[in-house]
Amino acid sequence: MVDVRGVSRTFHRGRTPVPVLKGLSLQMEKGEFLALMGPSGSGKSTLLNLIAGLDRPTGGEVIVGGSEIHLLSERKLAGWRSRNVGFVFQFSNLLGALSAERNVAVPLLLTSFSARERRRRVDIALEIVGLSERGKHRPRELSGGEQQRVGIARALVNDPMLLVCDEPTGDLDRTTSAEILDLLVALNRDHGKTILMVTHDPVAAERASRTLHLEDGRLAEGGDDGTVAVPVHEPAGAAV
Amino acid sequence: MSSFTLISAALRRKKTRTFLTFSSVVFAFLIFGVLSMLQTAFSMGAEIANEDRLVVRHRVSLFQLLPQSYEADMEEIPGVVDAMHMTWFGGVYQDPSNFFMQSPVEPAEYLDMYPEVLVPEEAKLRWIETRNGVIAGRALVERLGWEVGDRIPIQPTIWRQAGRGDDAWEFELVGVYDADVEGFDQTQFLFRYDFFDEARSFGRGQVGWFMVRIADPDRAPEIAAAIDATFQNSAAETKSESEGAFAAGFANQVGNLGLIVTSILAAVFFTILLVAGNTMAQSVRERIGEIGLLKALGFTSSRVQRLVLMESVTLVTTAGFLGMVLAVGLERVLRPALAAYFPGLFLRPEDLLLGLGLAVVTGLVVGIFPARRAMRLETALALRRL
Ligand SMILES: Nc1ncnc2c1ncn2[C@@H]1O[C@H](COP(=O)(O)OP(=O)(O)OP(=O)(O)O)[C@@H](O)[C@H]1O
Ligand SMILES: [Mg+2]
Repeated sequence: MVDVRGVSRTFHRGRTPVPVLKGLSLQMEKGEFLALMGPSGSGKSTLLNLIAGLDRPTGGEVIVGGSEIHLLSERKLAGWRSRNVGFVFQFSNLLGALSAERNVAVPLLLTSFSARERRRRVDIALEIVGLSERGKHRPRELSGGEQQRVGIARALVNDPMLLVCDEPTGDLDRTTSAEILDLLVALNRDHGKTILMVTHDPVAAERASRTLHLEDGRLAEGGDDGTVAVPVHEPAGAAV
Repeated sequence: MSSFTLISAALRRKKTRTFLTFSSVVFAFLIFGVLSMLQTAFSMGAEIANEDRLVVRHRVSLFQLLPQSYEADMEEIPGVVDAMHMTWFGGVYQDPSNFFMQSPVEPAEYLDMYPEVLVPEEAKLRWIETRNGVIAGRALVERLGWEVGDRIPIQPTIWRQAGRGDDAWEFELVGVYDADVEGFDQTQFLFRYDFFDEARSFGRGQVGWFMVRIADPDRAPEIAAAIDATFQNSAAETKSESEGAFAAGFANQVGNLGLIVTSILAAVFFTILLVAGNTMAQSVRERIGEIGLLKALGFTSSRVQRLVLMESVTLVTTAGFLGMVLAVGLERVLRPALAAYFPGLFLRPEDLLLGLGLAVVTGLVVGIFPARRAMRLETALALRRL
């Protein structure tokens, strides 16, 4: 489903190149819920952006759902994102002047669905996140957790195969975080969504089916407790 | 829900700011409309000037008199169809603030010269029967509340009656004229030259200026030169020019109005560009994260650019249109109310169109830089500003 091969990404600060990802590889199965952890500035968001088609790698290949997205033009990539990826961010970043249901409907502006189909999709998405009754409310009339749910409904409305979540609970308290994580787990389990979640929170990572650690531009498989196990890029000969 | 939902959401983010910007643009276009009307009013004489009429006045100034006998001399000149004279009377009706233009004319000659002046037949007859008869423009009559048959005393300032000292001249209103040309002065007060000439205490046989109808407007410069040549080296030399040139020269005495109006408008629009441009730039700056989000959701850069451009056009162009609508509304109110003082105060269709066009152009110009900025934003970088 996701196949990242030898990807590197180097930014430039002035004239100094800053290598953030240094040739890493990563595979995700369809229906997997993967948590990505690592210190601040290690490149988690950078990797997530590459997989979600928001950014293009300096080197290597990114194949998602069979598309070689590192080869797509910016324009094609935009279309690809709208059809295949749902985004959830740390802050729900809803448009303040629009009601919840209109916020959810924003991605549908890029589709050719009939008004009726749009309506249906918005209703279903709000139903899934448990906010059917709050569609007419403005973001400021909703709690932080509810706003994040609206954000998730917006990510779902185009029925993407992949959900990418960059610290989706970063701004929420324990209880609300747990609710949002329950929702993500349900989306993964009951709706078959493949999920990539960046998080700093080991408790959140525990809810995922697998955890990877990003450090110094490379990936390492993590244990359930969030500790680092054998780095995958090292020869595993010693284990034989 | 459509793209417009996003545009309106963007405009509603900072309602006060949007309202203030919107209002200043409305106001700017209202000013544009009003100034256009004023300019039209002041240049009206030149605008409606008839191509086949010349004005012949004393070479030195409009206020020096010419012999009435010139009329017959001019009618001898090839190319001249008809000549007619008028004289500045300059009297006061009740109060100097009731200013209007008064002149003695020869009724038949005047009506021949000005076919655009419409007088009912019976009024014409009464004018010819009544020695001190007067016809006056509809706007003047309504403003001063006169009725046909009224006796109207006019206090002389220049022209006294022989042997009657400062006594007022007494006229009788015999008719009201209308004009079928937009902007024609409907505040004139026209009485009979024979009555005037006999009664005045000095200057018999002297008149203010002549209107001359010519057969071929293309030959106007040539005929004007021929007229002036005829009276060269006489006691009263003449200066002849087309009615339009005469009126334009008169309007320019008010100041170079066109330049003043253009300068004010340039200042107003420059300010609008700054105010609205600043609003749009700020709005995009505050929304970098939001714009990044739209791009992440799959909006292409060019679509984002269009959204911002449409936002600017919606804000500025709608306001501009509203300003022009208000200007039209104001014209509807002012024009009848001021017709008696300020003939020709109206918004020409070409000025209205210019205003509407300007509203569209301003909207685009204001939006273009913020829109490009939004278009160029790198999605991943913009998202870091969420
Ligand atoms: N577009 C960019 N241009 C330049 N430098 C960038 C860009 N995006 C990221 N970086 C740099 O790359 C490094 C990794 O950033 P990234 O956002 O991927 O880290 P992160 O692991 O997500 O950190 P955090 O946990 O704080 O979100 C940082 O040093 C960051 O400053
Ligand atoms: Mg990050």
